[in-house]
Amino acid sequence: MLNFPRWKIIMITLLSFMGIMAAVPNFLTEDQLKNYPDFLPYKQVTLGLDLQGGVHLLMEADLTEVKKEKLESKRADIRDALRAEKIVLRSSIRNNAIHFKLTDNSQTEKALSVIEDTVEMIGGSLTGIGIADIEYDVEAGGVIVVRLTEEGLIIHSDEVITQSIEVIRRRIDGMGTTEPNIQKQGTGRILVQVPGFDDPQKLKEIIGKTAKLSFQLVNSAIGPLDRIPPGNERFPMAESERRPGAPESIVVSRRKILTGENLVDAGLGYDQDNRPVVSFRFDRIGGKKFADVTRKNVNRQFAIILDGTVISAPNIQSPILSGAGIITGNFTIETASDLGLLLRAGALPARLTVVEERTVGPDLGADNIEAGKIAAVIGLLAVMVYIVLSYGVFGLVANFALMINIGLILGILSTLGATLTMPGVAGIVLTVGMAVDANVLIFERIREEFRKGKAALSALDTGYNKAFSTIIDANVTTFIAALILFQFGSGPIKGFAVTLAIGIVTSMFTAVSMSRMIISFWAVRKRPTTLKI
Amino acid sequence: MLLKLVPVSTNIRFIDYRKFAYVLSILMIIGSFWLYFSKGLNYGIDFEGGIMIEIGTEGPADIGAIRSVMSGLKMGDVKVQEFGAPNDVLIRLEHQEGLTVDEVVEKVRDALPNAVKGEISYRRTETVGSTVSGELIADGIMAVVLAIGAVLVYIWFRFEWQFSTGAVIALIHDVILTIGMFSITGLEFNLSTIAAILTIVGYSLNDTVVVYDRIRENLRKFRKMPMVDLLTLSINDTLSRTVMTSVTTLIALSSLFFLGGEGLHGFSAAMIWGVFVGTYSSIFIAAPVLLWVELQRETYDDAEETNMEVLPPK
Repeated sequence: MLNFPRWKIIMITLLSFMGIMAAVPNFLTEDQLKNYPDFLPYKQVTLGLDLQGGVHLLMEADLTEVKKEKLESKRADIRDALRAEKIVLRSSIRNNAIHFKLTDNSQTEKALSVIEDTVEMIGGSLTGIGIADIEYDVEAGGVIVVRLTEEGLIIHSDEVITQSIEVIRRRIDGMGTTEPNIQKQGTGRILVQVPGFDDPQKLKEIIGKTAKLSFQLVNSAIGPLDRIPPGNERFPMAESERRPGAPESIVVSRRKILTGENLVDAGLGYDQDNRPVVSFRFDRIGGKKFADVTRKNVNRQFAIILDGTVISAPNIQSPILSGAGIITGNFTIETASDLGLLLRAGALPARLTVVEERTVGPDLGADNIEAGKIAAVIGLLAVMVYIVLSYGVFGLVANFALMINIGLILGILSTLGATLTMPGVAGIVLTVGMAVDANVLIFERIREEFRKGKAALSALDTGYNKAFSTIIDANVTTFIAALILFQFGSGPIKGFAVTLAIGIVTSMFTAVSMSRMIISFWAVRKRPTTLKI
Repeated sequence: MLLKLVPVSTNIRFIDYRKFAYVLSILMIIGSFWLYFSKGLNYGIDFEGGIMIEIGTEGPADIGAIRSVMSGLKMGDVKVQEFGAPNDVLIRLEHQEGLTVDEVVEKVRDALPNAVKGEISYRRTETVGSTVSGELIADGIMAVVLAIGAVLVYIWFRFEWQFSTGAVIALIHDVILTIGMFSITGLEFNLSTIAAILTIVGYSLNDTVVVYDRIRENLRKFRKMPMVDLLTLSINDTLSRTVMTSVTTLIALSSLFFLGGEGLHGFSAAMIWGVFVGTYSSIFIAAPVLLWVELQRETYDDAEETNMEVLPPK
């Protein structure tokens, strides 16, 4: 007990010092932080929505749509592959399956081997073996039925969600607000939290738009009431683009000249009359293709289609060779820069709908954080006074350990970049109350041993040793509960579990190692014969 | 002179009062069930789904007027309540068929000036779909069950299965009484409340483990002592620690409850109740339960002792 090896002293001091240094930035103002030396930790704890206000959206991806699109593209792939082998067929999609009816059933064997070649192995980056995306079977009447596999569909949906998160992150980053928290939640859901932002409508507009952009040639020969010939499709004009007397919809060729994927840049620009427009630039391949098409189709009209609506249908007056262009329309500066942002960030691979929405005004946040702060500080002071009253000198040591403990919790939370929410604050205050328990167990034990007639030093030693087993059991139990909460809880439960778990680890460290070290220094110096405890 | 809430040496015959405690606990458990099934819980938006709008008014708000204006909108069950301060009002609405959330909020905004004088600030709006609520409940229950299960396995490994039985009975007792407390007070039951209940689970276990630890130690030390006396001794040995820890935790929680603002109210209330119940159950439930499930006292021979003890760091 009394002989603390030097390496241990250094370790304990160093760990505490590092923890405290990591906690320091939280107490600095923005200006002070700017002048703060680079080599020191600078991260602060991010405050959650409930502490500083903000917008919380839970978005759900339309997975049936994802499945439908996947079926469509698979159907097109297989059909093309079969036709390349001169196999004549008719195909249809019914009951979530693609049905191929061959004209000549003797070709079934050959068709199956072609289909086998189109099977893609997806996922499996860890195992090396992927999972087949489709399975097929020959059913009554020689119809070949192709279905998407359950596992493949799950992997595909996961990819869609991951891509969506990427796109959302790019879009929100483009808005230049504070760090958003974007997470996958369950299957097919995405949680978006933007602290310090109080306009949910704007956020929904930015992340709710699929932003699928395509350039398609207009088939001006067909009037609004005519039947749409094969290979063409009809899109409504955007409301802002409707002119009195002009048709409300437009028929375009199904073939997409280019899509949003070919864009490398887009943003706010101005036309010659100084009206806001969206300017864009194609990538190299896109630019070349656009030049070719415009050269061949001078004086024809093409349509720029965004999420199923024609937002602009300009005439090709001369070939566009620069690989750049503008979209004119009835834009304001804001709508033009928003659309530019959407195009830059790319299209969402699936349509997202809002299932949960929360806005916390910043004033409520301010009330909350102020009250929470005051409550935490007063609670802490009261606990410390009570401890000193109960344990005297030992209480002072316990309080010192407690302060270091709080510093360490803050330091670790800052380093992890964790988000501190109200339940998180509660978790810290709770650990403060409970961290004392470890010291209480030790001190009570020392008191007990001393009363039994042990010498002061021996009572200290036995006290620490005997209390240790209890402390381990008690803390591990709570720690296990915290871990499970972290793993299976959501939102606030998680935030609470994080601070609780960190608090347990740091309080074990400070209450056992640190307070023990200080008490042993004190005992070596004073050589006490009696203990006031 | 140092402050001591508990005398240095006590010999309170806690275990002798166990029959009384059993009756009290059973009555409270029955009461909690009865409350839960008759009165139910005041579920927050996390669980019920719906639209919640919090407004701030210039002067004290007339809750009655707001309520009558709201019911005039014919949007089903509307809850209007004061939220912390007299000029803070919380309005909760059900999801409306055929109306989007924005349309509902718009209607409320149009109607409110009829009941409120002066500026109205819209502090927050929250919408939670009912499917989400189902998932949240399932998640919450799953987390509770798993946490309890994991902790039981740990106690089983560290002690004996009999101790696990005692701990789980004490634990379920605490959770049921906490739910009963929420029903009787009508405090909002939301996700933070679940966090609180789980902490109560942790706190109660922590307390139980400390008492059990001493029982285990005394079982080795006094192999001939009658079980009732041994349990009494162990509880008294740990009594001053139990009181000390409960009081410090209560000090911290009271500060949260009285000063922490509306956001922490339900949470700290649950925890304060949990500290009382958790302490009570460790002494009057978890310990006496060991009298029913016969402990194999031969296990605590000297030979076993070295294996049982966790060695402190050298």
